[in-house]
This record gives sequence, structure tokens and C-alpha cells, in this order.
Amino acid sequence: MTSSTSASDRHPMTGNEMSGESAGGMERHQYDVVVIGAGGAGLRSAIAAHDAGAKVAIVCKSLLGKAHTVMAEGGIAASMGNVYPEDNWEVHFRDTMRGGKMLNNWRMAQLHAQEAPERVMELEDWGALFDRTDDGLISQRDFGGHKYARLAHVGDRTGLEMIRTLQQRAVQLGIDVFMECTITDVMLDKGAGDPKVSGAFGYWRETGRFILFEAPSVILATGGIGKSFKVTSNSWEYTGDGHALAMRAGASLINMEFVQFHPTGMVWPPSVKGLLVTESVRGDGGILRNSEGKRFMFDYIPEFFKAETADTIEEADRWYDDKTNNRRPPELLPRDEVARAINSEIKAGRGTPHGGIFLDIASRRTPEFIRKRLPSMYHQFKELADVDITAEPMEIGPTCHYVMGGVEVDADTQESGVTGLYAVGECSGGMHGSNRLGGNSLGDLLVFGKRAGEAATAYTNSLGASLPKVDEADVKAAQASALAPFEVEGGENPYTIQSDLQQSMNDLVGIIRTGAELEESLTEIEAFKERAKRMVVEGHRQYNPGWHLAIDLRNMLIVSECIAKAALARQESRGGHTRDDFPGPNAEWGTKNLVVNLNAAGTGVDLHEKPLPVMPDELKKYFETPAAPPPVEPVETKES
Amino acid sequence: MASTDARESTGVFGPSRAQIPGKTLRDDRWWLAPLATFTVFTAFIVYATWRAFEGANYYRAPYLSPFYSPCLGDCVKGSSDFGQPFGWWPLSAALIVLIFPLGFRMTCYYYRKAYYRAFWLSPPACAVAEPHTKYTGETRLPLILQNVHRYFWYAAVVVALILSYDTVLAFRDENDHWFHMGLGTLLMLVNVVLIWLYTLSCHSCRHTLGGRLRHFSKHPVRYKLWTWVSKLNAHHAKFAWYSLFSVALVDLYIYLLAAGHITDLRFF
Amino acid sequence: MAYRLKMRIWRGDKDGGALGDYDVEVSEGEVVLDAIHRVQATQAGDLAVRWNCKAGKCGSCSAEVNGKPRLMCMCRLSDFDEEETITVTPMRSFPVIRDLVTDVSFNYEKAKELPSFSPPPRDADNKRRMQQIDVERGQEFRKCIECFLCQNTCHVVRDHEENKKAFAGPRFFLRYAELDMHPLDTNDRRELAQDAAGLGMCNITKCCTEVCPEGIKITDNAIIPMKERVADKKFDPLVWLGNKIGVRNKDNEGRTEL
Repeated sequence: MTSSTSASDRHPMTGNEMSGESAGGMERHQYDVVVIGAGGAGLRSAIAAHDAGAKVAIVCKSLLGKAHTVMAEGGIAASMGNVYPEDNWEVHFRDTMRGGKMLNNWRMAQLHAQEAPERVMELEDWGALFDRTDDGLISQRDFGGHKYARLAHVGDRTGLEMIRTLQQRAVQLGIDVFMECTITDVMLDKGAGDPKVSGAFGYWRETGRFILFEAPSVILATGGIGKSFKVTSNSWEYTGDGHALAMRAGASLINMEFVQFHPTGMVWPPSVKGLLVTESVRGDGGILRNSEGKRFMFDYIPEFFKAETADTIEEADRWYDDKTNNRRPPELLPRDEVARAINSEIKAGRGTPHGGIFLDIASRRTPEFIRKRLPSMYHQFKELADVDITAEPMEIGPTCHYVMGGVEVDADTQESGVTGLYAVGECSGGMHGSNRLGGNSLGDLLVFGKRAGEAATAYTNSLGASLPKVDEADVKAAQASALAPFEVEGGENPYTIQSDLQQSMNDLVGIIRTGAELEESLTEIEAFKERAKRMVVEGHRQYNPGWHLAIDLRNMLIVSECIAKAALARQESRGGHTRDDFPGPNAEWGTKNLVVNLNAAGTGVDLHEKPLPVMPDELKKYFETPAAPPPVEPVETKES
Repeated sequence: MASTDARESTGVFGPSRAQIPGKTLRDDRWWLAPLATFTVFTAFIVYATWRAFEGANYYRAPYLSPFYSPCLGDCVKGSSDFGQPFGWWPLSAALIVLIFPLGFRMTCYYYRKAYYRAFWLSPPACAVAEPHTKYTGETRLPLILQNVHRYFWYAAVVVALILSYDTVLAFRDENDHWFHMGLGTLLMLVNVVLIWLYTLSCHSCRHTLGGRLRHFSKHPVRYKLWTWVSKLNAHHAKFAWYSLFSVALVDLYIYLLAAGHITDLRFF
Repeated sequence: MAYRLKMRIWRGDKDGGALGDYDVEVSEGEVVLDAIHRVQATQAGDLAVRWNCKAGKCGSCSAEVNGKPRLMCMCRLSDFDEEETITVTPMRSFPVIRDLVTDVSFNYEKAKELPSFSPPPRDADNKRRMQQIDVERGQEFRKCIECFLCQNTCHVVRDHEENKKAFAGPRFFLRYAELDMHPLDTNDRRELAQDAAGLGMCNITKCCTEVCPEGIKITDNAIIPMKERVADKKFDPLVWLGNKIGVRNKDNEGRTEL
């Protein structure tokens, strides 16, 4: 292959040096706040920091506007009361806490519910075109787990609307964006007192050149960890970078055992395995069948939900038209129940040719109805699977979708345990407890994005002239670490290790977990870590995806270990964490979080328990329902 | 061609672009559509030019060729329903009125696409490099005049009204008695329907009726009209072709009648 | 149902490159991007390619497949003969960086030149009111996933590098149209669209619409209406006369010329 020429060779448009090997020096930039990630959370925090007067940089692995936020479909949960005037933040707060099985950080849930409406209105000020009510207000959609119709939306592409609006706002404000730039280390000033953030180190994906940001505040907004699993609705970027960066900087993560598996992802064709199939298919009448044609969900109604679930096909079918006098169909049981049932059917050999289960709406609704209600699903199956969902059933199976766990942060400021390091969005933890409600993710990004941006700016301003320093020895070490995969000879291809890790996580730390399998997975992860030390990449540093993967893989490994370790420790089933050997929730576990840190040697993960923050009495009153059993779990729909 | 060398170092062959040989890697028959357009349009132009300059064989009662309607020059007896204000005009009467339908079609957003592609190869097809080294689009004379399309549309509405009137008259026989219909009447009827569909599906029409508004909700009637025209507009290209064929066919039929090659097939 | 697919993939950078031959195992139901990924994972670890969502929603994996601008993730192998060699090249309108990756910063620069949405204050109850029928046209344009295939296929810049300075391209004509049709925007962007964005350069040959993976009717619903709006403003003496004598389209009032 042609390689780049002289060291002075600069890219005509970006001005970057094109030669990866060039000794032309490392770029250095000074900012007040550096935001890592340009999804909804990253953009919102950058805008907030800018508005607060900071000089901000956004650094993202992809092009601007491509972040995973675009995949969100359903909407943004915000109690604006446009459709139901009786809706308010208190109801939203209550729904959120119950959806998370009371394991949420109450303060985050409260702030989120209180501030989401204004955050949505801001998007409209910046040009978002939401669907309207007849009065011309922002329309709000019903979603599982939310008592009132509450999701501001644009058809089924709300995430795209949100990211484009924020992107256009950021461009308008002239915020600097470093696209296709990967951060590999958060830099710390370990001088007097506690370590403080002093910057971030990374490389341009395009040229392979190193870049150093000197900044007292760094906001992590890197999204989730889905790429650790084989079947996932997440994109390649979801390698747990923010989780890993925070740990290496000394911060802790919480709730890592809670990974949300969506029951309906596409299973075929292979190219789209894991891609989300919206829960609205079932809401609009779709049913699940096994290969024998049996509507099997009736066999999986747990005792806990018997009272409110239809036990005959007749009653279930009547529910769609008459929700008052009939109980809901078992297809609309909570997501973990449905995912578990599908899993069992497939394991029992009653799966479809491509290893899934049939989701059938074709035999139950007219083609016109389906095309009108589910346009993007119709399009998705038609284009990608050559399946006409108005004529034949879909094949679906569970897919890894979202991680509730993340960096442990202060609820009001989103600051992690490390001074100057903030985390927001999916890579932060606490807000969603053990299970996230649909629509609460987009709201989370906006509400806490703004808070983090403002808090980071305030902290930077408080420092005055005494800024933390970047230690040049750390920079050297970061460079050496990033280049290490080029030094190895005769080692293993990172693609193989990644693929083996994904398979292992899927098999052993997936939707249904057992102690034995989790232990086995920890052993396997140790082996992957050994293999990863001997990773080799070919070619040179200029736009080299093999090298990029090698660097991301380290993050995936550490995050995977966190998940497995926390999952092994939590001996109960709750929300997104299901233990076959400990079915059902345990009240004692309901009072504590699991916290993980990088161990002293930096080679593995330490874990400890921590009591849940206690909700003040004035909020507790929302959950006092005398004579009621533990809160009945709403149907979680969470495509956004 | 002087531009050959320049062409090979600009555009897709420019220094910053990926060095890929060939003006396109398309392996489908991308040349078919522009070739077909070129052939049909050329044939129509040749035919229409001949017929427009012929100045004869355009009227056989009750049928008047659409190329000559309204017949405002020194026209044959019975063909001038709107008088002969241009009776002094020495050339074919078609030349007086053809400028309007011709201008309408020349500035039509669909025809522009078709002939820029087929005649000017700018571009010949999508992702196929064009042969020109310079391109300024419709920013200067003469192409900036394409912006007057709406005026030709106003004229086209008048033309369509006149052709409708002609079609009504075609329900009379050669002795001006009503309740006649021949193959000629049928052809004229089909043609005038297609002409109307083409005229009403025009982008300028869509804009004028409602597209220019920013608040449909304040103009419910215009919104309705816009919605309706938008539906037609999606088929504008189709109507452009169909009406081109139909207008030529009606003219040809009347030519054959007037020249005495055939007689009209009479239904009643 | 797996078979060996013959591919030609352009490898290289701005200093040169060539189509390399690859032979890769693929199976039923896969798309071109899967084949590219398999080449990357098994034969050419450093093959540069952009991608994200792999579901036609992010618009990252734009390239040219057998010479046609496509999203690789939406390009099914079953649309080709098993015997057929599939040729994948980078987008040819943008500077190449490496292999299938091009420098699309042209588009981000153009985005910066476009004056943003500028609404009036909110209503007294702190909300905004717009009717669904008034936002629908804009909503169609906001489906744009910024894959830049329209920008890539537009001959105005594809074949004429020098036009890049004066021509914003179809993606941004969508944006101009969206804002000009926005029921609340307080700016009049028609002069700007014609002069600064180069709307007049477009000769409506419709390739942008042909390649749009979102099926947005870019030409018919955005560019031509914008041309007509510009004609209202600049080329229509009747409108000019109407303004002089006070007969005007009140729907355009209250906007500030940009």
C-alpha cells in the first residue's frame, strides 16, 4: 500500500500532518472544558459550558452527528402536560424510580423529572420540529412505564432530530469540534493534594498523530458498552471508553451488573443481528410464536404478574380494543420476562431457522394499519431482510441495548470521584437504577448534559490562574501505551480477540446468568487480557482501524470484567440483572449499590458494596401505597 | 477537443480525489435513459419544426391541430376562432403561438433535467463525469432566464383553455352540427386531458397555489390545492412525456386527414 | 448458502492507489459493509472504512458500489449475482484520506456558513405553537442523515472542484428550504440561498434525489420550491410591483433579510 510521504505533508483541508510516523511534534490545545463524545450528552454539555463562558472542545471518535443518539426512536420523556395536564414532575419521578426498582439515585431521578420539560423546549428554540398536538403544542406519546403520554417525539426518529438540533446549535455557537479523534487517557496532576484532572491525551484517527488537550475539566459523554456483546443494537463506538477512562483516572463505577437486553432485536440477516425492533410492534398487536406456531408467552406468566395478565388468547386479544375490562397480553410483560421466555424457547429447540422467535403482526393487522403505525419497521425489514412484515412474521431475539451502570457521579454536578472529571449520559450511573424506562435516556442526556457543562465551567473558573499541570512523563507513557500494538511481533489480530470476547460475554454474562458461568467468564476475561498483551496490528498509523480496535479493546476488556464481577456479586434478580440461581429480588440487595474500581496494580477490578443514598421523607410519600405489594412493574418500553 | 487535457486533471480526476480511472465505474446501462431522451426529443423537434413551418394541412373541420391553435395568422377558412389579428404575418401561423407551449416546456423543471442530461451531458447520468471543464449552472444569461418559468405557466394555462375550447368544438361535425364524435375528437380529448395534467402538475403552479406559503394552517383552501397539485406534481415527468406524444399524435392525425391520406373514423 | 464473493476495493491515499482484488466468504442476507468488514478482519486489518450504526440511520458508510453512490450498509449482496465482482470505491467528490475514507470537511464548512434558526420569543405561557401541517415539510428535510451522498453525486462540485467555494450543495439547500418554510423563523434567507449558497448553480438534474437513502424528494420538495421562492424575490416583476402598490403575500411578513 502507498504510504505517506514527507513529514511536512499536511492535509489540504484539515491542516493535519498526514504522516503517522512524523516526529513533527504533538498537537497541544488549551481549553477550559473538554467534552469527550458528541452524542446528545456531549453536545448538550458543550453548549452549556459555552453558554457559561468556557472555551470548550468537543472530541469525538466519529464524524459530528453520527453518534449513537441517532438510533433513538421513541421520544424524550418530559412531563410538559401538553396531552395530560395532570402530568407533572412528581408523577414522572415516581415512574422513573419504580421502573428502576427503586435502585435509582433519587436525586438524579428528581432533577431529571423536574428539568426535562425545559430542556425539551430549548431544543424547539434551537430549531427542532417535534410532532404537534391539535393545539399546536409539542405532541406527547404513550410509552410503557410512564403513567401519562409524556414522550416528545418526531415520528420514530426522535434521536436524529435531537442530535441534529444540538449539532446545529453547537456549530452556530462556534464550538470547536475535533472529529475522528480518540481519547486514550485522562491526564492527572498528581501534585499536592488529591489528583486533579489536567487534560486528555489521544490521537487523530485520520493521521494517527497524537494530540494533547490541556484542560482542568473533562466531561465524559462516551455512551455505553454494548460492543462487548456479540448481539447488540449498539455501534462500534460503544466500547466503554468513558467507563474505562474514568476507572484508569481513579474514579469508580456503579451498577455495572445492570445491562438492559431488549427482547426484540433482529436475528436475520446476519448483518443486522441485534438491530432493534420497536416494542410498539407488540403494543400494536404483534404476538410471539415459536417454530411450532404456538403463542408461547402464556406459558411464562410469572406468579407476580398473574393478576394483571390475560391467561387466555381471547382475553389478550380483546385488550387491544378494551383496556378497561381485559388484562394485558403476556407479550407485554416486562422486558426481562419476555426476553427470558424467548431465550427458553430457543434453548428448548423451538426457535426459528435463524435462531430466533417469530414476531407476528402480519396475520393480525391489515397491511395498511401496519404501514401506517410502523413505517420505519416496515422499511427496516423490507430493505435489510427482504421481509414484508405485512405479509410474513419477523424473526427476533434478545439484544444487548443499554447499560444502566456507569461512572459514579454527584447527582447535582455529575462530577466523579476525581476532581475535574465529569460523566454524563449512558456512561454515568445511578439515574436509571436497575432498569431504564423508555424515553428517559434522551431526557437524561439533556438534563445532566447541561448540569455537567455548567458545573465543569464553574470549577474551571474557580481555579483562577492555578491550573493543574500535565506531567510530561505521563504523556510519554500514554504515547508508548498507544503505540504498543505496533511493537509486538507475531502476536494476535485484535479482531479475533474482540470477536471471542463478544461471544464469551454473550454466552456467559448475557441475559440469564448463573454463578458458575460468571466465574467461567471471569477466567476467560483473564485469558483475553493475556492475549491482548500480545496483540499485533499491521500497517501504519494513518486511518488504521486495526490499531484503533486494539486500543478500544483494552477498554472493552476492563468494562467486561466490571460487568461480570458485579453480576457475580449481586445474588438476586432485579431489573436488568437476572440470576438463574437467585430468581427474584432480595430486599437486602435493594438497599445497596455495587461499586467497582481499578485495582492498585491497574490490572483488574476491585469491588465493594455501598449503601444506596437515602431518599428524603418528602419524596418517600410518593411511594406509600398502603396495602399494595411491591410496586407492580410497568411494561418498560425503552427504544430511546 | 481542447478541453480534453484539462478535463483529465479536474473534477473526479483532480489531484485530491481518489485516483480511479474512468469517468464512471457504473456497469449498468446508465446511457440508455439519456440516449432515449435524446432520440425522442430530437425526433419531436424535427417533426415539430417541419409541421410548424409547413403552414398547411393543419385544419380539417372540425379538427384544428394544437400546433396551430389559436390560429391567428392568415389561416384557412374555419380555423380561426379568435379572429386573425396577425393576418399580415407572412410565415406559418404556428410560429405565432408555438412560442408559448415551447417556452413552457423549455423552461419546465422536468424538461430542463432531461435535456441538460441528454443534450448537454451535464451530467449524462448520476456519478458519470461530464465532459465540460467549466460550469456555471443557471446563474447567468441565457440560462438565468429559466427563472421566468412561471410566466410561461400563465401562458400555458391560456393555451390549455384554448385547446379545451378546440376539443369542445370537435364535438361538432364539419357542418357545425353538435353530437358528433370521431377518432379525431377522441384523440383531442385525450390530448387536452394530458395537457391539463402536465400544466397543472407544474412546479410553478404548485408554488403559486400554495407552496410559497409559510403557514398552511392559515390558508386551508390553498393548502388543499397545494396537496392536490403536489400529488400531480410527483408525476410531472410522466405527464410531460405523455402530453408530448399526444400533441404530436393529434397533429399527425389531423395532418393525415387534411392531406387526404385517411378519412376520420366516425363514432357518431 | 455461503459463497466466495469477488470484490475489488480501492486502496490508497491521495498520493495514488489502485483497485485491489479480494476474495471473501459471504453468506446470505449480508450487505456490502459486511463483506468489507470480513476483508478487514481476515485479510487487510488496516483497510480504512467509516461506519457506525449499520442500519441506514447514521449515514457514515457512504461509498460508491459499482460506481453508484450508496450506503454500504444498505446495499444487499442479494441484489448482485453471486458471480459478479463488486467494486467498492471511496466517494469521488471529496479528497481521499485513505482507502474508502474521504475528507468530508467541505460539508461541515458549508454548515458553518448557514445562518441558524432564529425564532421569536415564546408565547406567554412559555410554550410555542406550530401546526402539524406547517412543520411537515420541514420534517421531511430533517430526516436527512447527512450521509453526503447527494453532495458527492452532485456534478456541480463532483466535476468542478472550483465550484466548491460558491456552492453549498443539495444537503444545505434542504436546510435553507427547511428554514424558509419554518412557520416561526424570523429571517428571510432567499437572497442568501441564491447568492451565498449558489442555488442558481443547480441545474436540477436530480441526482441528489436519486441517491438519497432516506428517499427525501430533495429536488422537487426543497430545491425547486427554493428556486421559486428566489424567483418571487428576485425575478418576478409582478411580485415587485405588488410590493410597490401594497398587494403582497402577507405570509412572508415580519422577516429580516439576511
